[in-house]
Amino acid sequence: MKKFMLDLTVKENIPLENRYFLLKLTSNDRLPEMLPGQFAEVRVDDAPTVFLRRPVSIHYVDYVNNELWLLIQIVGGGTRKLSGLRAGNTLNLLFPLGNTFKLDTGKNSRIMLIGGGAGIAPLLFLGAYLKERGCQCNFLLGARTKKDLLQLHEFEKYGEVYTTTEDASHGEKGYVTQHSILNGTHFDIIYTCGPTPMMKAVAQYAEAGDIYCEASLENTMACGIGACLCCVTDTKDEGHVCVCTGGPVFNTKRLKW
Amino acid sequence: MVNLNVNIGGLELKNPVLTASGTFGYGTEYSDFIDISRIGCIIVKGTTLRERQGNAYPRMAETPSGMLNAVGLQNKGVDYFVEHIYPTLKRINTNVFVNVSGSMVEDYVKTAEKLNELDGIPGIELNISCPNVKEGGMAFGTSCASAAEVTKAVREVYKKSLMVKLSPNVTDIAEIARAVEAEGADSVSLINTLLGMAIDAEKRRPVLSTVTGGLSGPAVKPVALRMVWQTAKAVKIPVIGLGGIMNAQDAIEFILAGATAVQVGTANFIDPSVSVKIIDGIEDYLKRHKFNSISEIRGMI
Repeated sequence: MKKFMLDLTVKENIPLENRYFLLKLTSNDRLPEMLPGQFAEVRVDDAPTVFLRRPVSIHYVDYVNNELWLLIQIVGGGTRKLSGLRAGNTLNLLFPLGNTFKLDTGKNSRIMLIGGGAGIAPLLFLGAYLKERGCQCNFLLGARTKKDLLQLHEFEKYGEVYTTTEDASHGEKGYVTQHSILNGTHFDIIYTCGPTPMMKAVAQYAEAGDIYCEASLENTMACGIGACLCCVTDTKDEGHVCVCTGGPVFNTKRLKW
Repeated sequence: MVNLNVNIGGLELKNPVLTASGTFGYGTEYSDFIDISRIGCIIVKGTTLRERQGNAYPRMAETPSGMLNAVGLQNKGVDYFVEHIYPTLKRINTNVFVNVSGSMVEDYVKTAEKLNELDGIPGIELNISCPNVKEGGMAFGTSCASAAEVTKAVREVYKKSLMVKLSPNVTDIAEIARAVEAEGADSVSLINTLLGMAIDAEKRRPVLSTVTGGLSGPAVKPVALRMVWQTAKAVKIPVIGLGGIMNAQDAIEFILAGATAVQVGTANFIDPSVSVKIIDGIEDYLKRHKFNSISEIRGMI
């Protein structure tokens, strides 16, 4: 897929709970084709502590309104700067980058998308994509508290949503891998994105049940296009592989994590 | 029309902008964004005799106005390069150099010998300055004797343009430049990364798996400029300047300091089209100041 460097216009910047914000970007031209799992390298200008672009998952693409959504949590100087963007501001993106989730799932597969924290971001686009192609999706979203569960109303448009919180403020108490839905139902495919310990636990669950499982990784990254070799993850079959081009989505069986 | 042609040790380049090894992949990574054949010379990533997996993750740390890397020369080895990568590279309509790295003189020689056979590769950049490999690499570039030894050995087998990439992690870089010039280097490129370090105070751990790494980006530019200026006064062969060049103005500064050409490195990570913008910017600068050719401003400082 052809990659682009484009100046997009901020249509809306919606502050969400717990230091998250939702950026809706648009362009006068039709946005290029993007697929679930891919990401953008966002340029952060005029922030003294920021030098490199920030890799951000594509949260959702609204082709009707020509919008690209990014769900971002403020974690440092770069994301803080981005949180201050206002409607009408310009943001420079390199996109779409990286590979995609497995998209040919078969219509009758039982599909579970498991996300935690900011890792829920790419799962919305994936769920919407799969639903449009007649697949039934389930979402299992975990967070510390109810406040950290974001965009639930969006996920509900594309499938059943199950939740866990560590303080029992929403859904079942505990971690995603402790949710009862994983005990009672067999899934054919699991997609996961979130904190590494969570994804590892999900991968173990999948492995034990012989379930096909993909995880979307987030490593520190410089170029985003496979040139600098900084963002590698170690794999069983090919050694060090760039997360930006060989990933960010990996079959969890390949990973040496 | 201003003349941007430069000559780096017997080889004519259509403009003075090269892309630095390790920052531009094999060129094709950038072809969605720019016409890579416009670049004066593409220096592809560090190639060693045998495949290297490189260092463990994390290999990169963002730092004020720059970054540290400790990639450790991950590459599939020269034979893989010749068989699988060269066929694509030779179709690119500009000069392509291969950066050659090693941990023993013999490795450098064997790698250079294999590359000497490739018609589509008019030169190599001898990397005697990588700070991220345990043995060899930078060790060759930090003493005149070893820099001279490896240059001499490679010169004997390598018949095309030989650029030697120098380490800034030395007391007197001009002395090293003179040593490699005396052994037949056609040009020198400087600076490679400055040895640096980053610590995560919250975790009380080094950021990089290797603890130390190579610093690049605008943070190193004043050091690079000074070293290029000193070296250009010390040698007769062309000096290729690099270190933190982000735009055409930075490139002009290096040329004013005595560089014949420049390499653009870390800037490619922030703007994949920056190399072409720098070529255009240099041309604009020369027109604006009414110079007819790039060589007129070289070493004015």
